[in-house]
Amino acid sequence: MIDALGNPQSLLVLGGSSDIATATARRLVQARTRRVVLAGRPSTRLDAAAQLLRGAGADLVEVVPFDAEVTDTHGAVVDQAFAGGDIDVVLLAFGVLGEQAAQERDPSLAVRTAMVNYVGAVSVGLHVGARLRSQGHGVLVVLSSVAGERARRTNFVYGSTKAGLDAFSQGLGDALQGSGARVLVVRPGFVRTKMTAGRKEAPMTTTAEAVAVAITEGIRSGRHTVWVPARLQQVMALMRHLPRGLFRRLAR
Amino acid sequence: MSDPARTVLTGWGRTAPTSATVLRPRDGDQVADMVRRAGPRGVLARGLGRSYGDAAQDAGGTVLDLTALDTVGVDAETGLAACGGGASLGQVMQAAIPLGWFPPVLPGTRHVTVGGALATDVHGKNHHRSGSFASHVRSMTLVGADGEARRLESADPLSQATAGGMGLTGIVTDLVMSLRPVESSFMQVDTTRAPDLDALMAQLEAADAAHPYTVAWVDCLTGGRRLGRGIVYAGDHAAPADLPEPERAAALRFEPPTGLPAPTWTPAGLLNPHTAAAFNEAWFRKAPRDRRQQLQTISTFFHPLDGVRGWNRLYGHAGFVQYQLVVPFAEGGVVRKVIERLSSARAATVLAVLKRLGASSPGPLSFPMPGWTLTVDMPARGRDLARLLDGLDQLVADAGGRVYLAKDARLRPELVAEMYPRVGEWLELRSRVDPHGCFVSDLARRLGL
Ligand SMILES: Cc1cc2nc3c(=O)[nH]c(=O)nc-3n(C[C@H](O)[C@H](O)[C@H](O)COP(=O)(O)OP(=O)(O)OC[C@H]3O[C@@H](n4cnc5c(N)ncnc54)[C@H](O)[C@@H]3O)c2cc1C
Ligand SMILES: NC(=O)c1ccc[n+]([C@@H]2O[C@H](COP(=O)([O-])OP(=O)(O)OC[C@H]3O[C@@H](n4cnc5c(N)ncnc54)[C@H](OP(=O)(O)O)[C@@H]3O)[C@@H](O)[C@H]2O)c1
Repeated sequence: MIDALGNPQSLLVLGGSSDIATATARRLVQARTRRVVLAGRPSTRLDAAAQLLRGAGADLVEVVPFDAEVTDTHGAVVDQAFAGGDIDVVLLAFGVLGEQAAQERDPSLAVRTAMVNYVGAVSVGLHVGARLRSQGHGVLVVLSSVAGERARRTNFVYGSTKAGLDAFSQGLGDALQGSGARVLVVRPGFVRTKMTAGRKEAPMTTTAEAVAVAITEGIRSGRHTVWVPARLQQVMALMRHLPRGLFRRLAR
Repeated sequence: MSDPARTVLTGWGRTAPTSATVLRPRDGDQVADMVRRAGPRGVLARGLGRSYGDAAQDAGGTVLDLTALDTVGVDAETGLAACGGGASLGQVMQAAIPLGWFPPVLPGTRHVTVGGALATDVHGKNHHRSGSFASHVRSMTLVGADGEARRLESADPLSQATAGGMGLTGIVTDLVMSLRPVESSFMQVDTTRAPDLDALMAQLEAADAAHPYTVAWVDCLTGGRRLGRGIVYAGDHAAPADLPEPERAAALRFEPPTGLPAPTWTPAGLLNPHTAAAFNEAWFRKAPRDRRQQLQTISTFFHPLDGVRGWNRLYGHAGFVQYQLVVPFAEGGVVRKVIERLSSARAATVLAVLKRLGASSPGPLSFPMPGWTLTVDMPARGRDLARLLDGLDQLVADAGGRVYLAKDARLRPELVAEMYPRVGEWLELRSRVDPHGCFVSDLARRLGL
C-alpha cells in the first residue's frame, strides 16, 4: 500500500534496465519499498539493476522477461508481476529514441519505434490499468516526454510516439478516476542517460536522479502531471503557441 | 472500464484513498449473507470512519457500512446496554444518560460506533481507573469468515482477539456492555496550568490519584525552558447538589450540540507552525493557573472537538496524520525526547494530548499498557515527516512502547512485532478462524497483519 506520507511498498518497472527507472526504484527502496518486479528484455544490464536494488535494501527483487513489441504476451507478464501481491506503483519506463535520419530512410525502423513507444505502451498500459482498477489502488507512472508536446523536425518520429503515449495516458487517468487508482504523466526534457549518450545536450538538461525525485514527489502529492525540470512547463506552454515557422527555426 | 458501484474511502486523516464496494446491511442476517458472498479481495466492517489511517478501508474489496445496525436498548435496572454493532456512543449516551447511566469508556469524540470502539479497544480519560472499552463488554455476536454468527462471552479467546483486532477477526453485529451510574449530565472540572513538562507530568500523576477522569493538553511547539508546558484537566461526575437550583430538576438532561460546520475552504496558513505557535501561546495564557470545581457539560468536557463538524477538512488536500505512542512509566524520558524532536522540527499542530494509561487489557493487539501516552496531530507533509516519525517509532519501540493502530497510517511493518509482542499468538488464532483471509483491510495489507 502507499502510506499516508506517499511511500509505496511494492513496485513494478516495465523497462527494468532504464536509467531513470533504476534511479527512481533506488529512491523508493530507500524509503518503504520492499518488493520490486523488474520486467524487461533479459540482459546483463537488467540483472545488474536487480542486483543494485537488492544492495539498496529491497527484500525481494524479481526479474520477469518482457518485450514491449510482443504485445500478445503482455497479459501474462502483468499477471505474473501481480501474482506476488498488490503492486502499488507501476513505472512504464521502456522506450527507444531511434535515429531520425535512419528512420526517414528506412520507415521500418520508424515502425519499430512506434511499436515500442506507443503500441507496446497502449497494450501493457491497458492491462495494468485493469489490474489497478480491480485492486482499488495504485499509481501508474508513465514516462512521456517534452518531445511529445510539439513535434520537432529533428526527432518527430520519437516525438509523435510520445504525443500518442501522453494522450493515451491522460485518457487512461480519466478512465481510472474514482477507482482509487491513478496515472501520473512525467514529462522530462533532455535527461543524461544511456538513451541520450553522445547526443548534443539541450538547454535545461537534467539527470535521472532529478527525474526520480520528481516522480517520488509526484506520487506523494497526488498530482497527475510533472515536468522535469519543473520550469519546462512554462517554456513549453510558450513553445506550443509559437507560429509554426518561428518554432521550426527555434527548435532545430 | 467504469465501475460505478465503487466508493473512494479514507480515514479521518483523509490520506491514502482507495476504493471499495460499500454495502449497507440492515441486520445481522444481511451481514452474514454479504460475508458469504465476499470476493477475492475480502470484506471488512466500517463504523463511522473515525480511525485516522487506513484501518476501515479494503481496496478492491467489500466494505460493510454498519451504521444501519444502530439499535440501543438500555436496561434501567441493571445498567446493561444491548447495542447494534453500528450504534454510536452518542446514541448510547442519548438513550442512557436520562436513565442515569453512562458509557464506561468514551474516546475524544462521541461519533464512533460500539463496533469500532471494540475493534480498536478504545481508551478514555478514565483509563487509569476503568481500563479500556473491551473490559466493559460482556458478550458479542461475531459473524465469522464462514458467514456464521457466534455468540461470544468476553472470556472467549476469539472475543479477546476481536478487542483491538482491527476488524480482522470478523464483524461484530451486536454487543452487550455494562454502563456506569451517573446522577447528572454535568462534570466538576479542575484546571491547572503547568509551566514545563516535569511539572505537567507530576500534576497529571497527582490528578490521577484523585480523579476518575484526567487528561492534559501539551504544547509541542515551544522548546527551551517551557518545553512541554501544558494544562491538566481533571473531572468528576457532578452530583445534583453541585448544580445550581434551576438545573437540578432536570439534572440528567442530555442535549449534545450538533456542531457548526468547519469552513470548506482552508486559509493556507491556518495550521502552519507560526499560527499554531501563536494559538498555543494564547491557549496556555487563557487557562486559569489553578481553578477548582468548575461545572461543565459532558459535551464540553469529553468532546470539545465535536463542536466543529468536519474539522478534519481544515488540513486541506494532503490531509493529516495523528501519531499516538505509549511508553512504560519507567521510560517517561522518551516523552521529553519526542516533544523535543517535534518542537525543533516544528512538525506538530495545536492538537496534542498527554495522558497516563492504566493496566493492559487481555486483547493481544490492544493498545493500552501502563505508561505515558502522547497524541499529536500533524499535516501530512512528505519525506521529512516520514523520517521524523520513523525516528520516533524507533525510540518508542526501543523503550518497550508502541504506537496505536487506530491512528496509524505509516508505521514500518517490521516494527509491529516489536511493539506488539503478542502478535504471533493473534496471527495464529486468526489463521485458524479465517484461513483464507476473508477479513482484510488496507492497514492489514500494509502492516502484514
Ligand atoms: C476526534 C477523535 C478523537 C478520538 N479520541 C480517541 C480516544 O480518546 N481514545 C481512543 O482510543 N480512540 C480515540 N479516537 C479513535 C477512535 O475512537 C477509533 O478509531 C474508533 O475505532 C473509531 O470508531 P469508528 O466507528 O469510526 O470505526 P472505524 O474507523 O470505521 O473503524 C475502525 C476499525 O474498527 C473496525 N470495525 C468497525 N466496526 C466494526 C464492527 N462492527 N465489527 C468489527 N470491526 C469493526 C474497522 O474494520 C476498523 O478496523 C478518536 C478519534 C477521533 C476522530
Ligand atoms: N533520456 C531522456 O532524455 C528522456 C527524456 C524524456 C523521456 N525519456 C523517456 O524515459 C524513459 C526511460 O528512458 P531512459 O532515459 O532511462 O533511457 P534508457 O536507460 O535507455 O531506458 C530505456 C529502456 O527501455 C527499454 N526498452 C527498449 N526497447 C524495449 C522493448 N522492446 N521491450 C522492453 N524494453 C525495452 C530498454 O531496455 P534494454 O536494456 O533491453 O534496451 C531500456 O531499459 C523512456 O521512455 C524515454 O523515452 C527519456
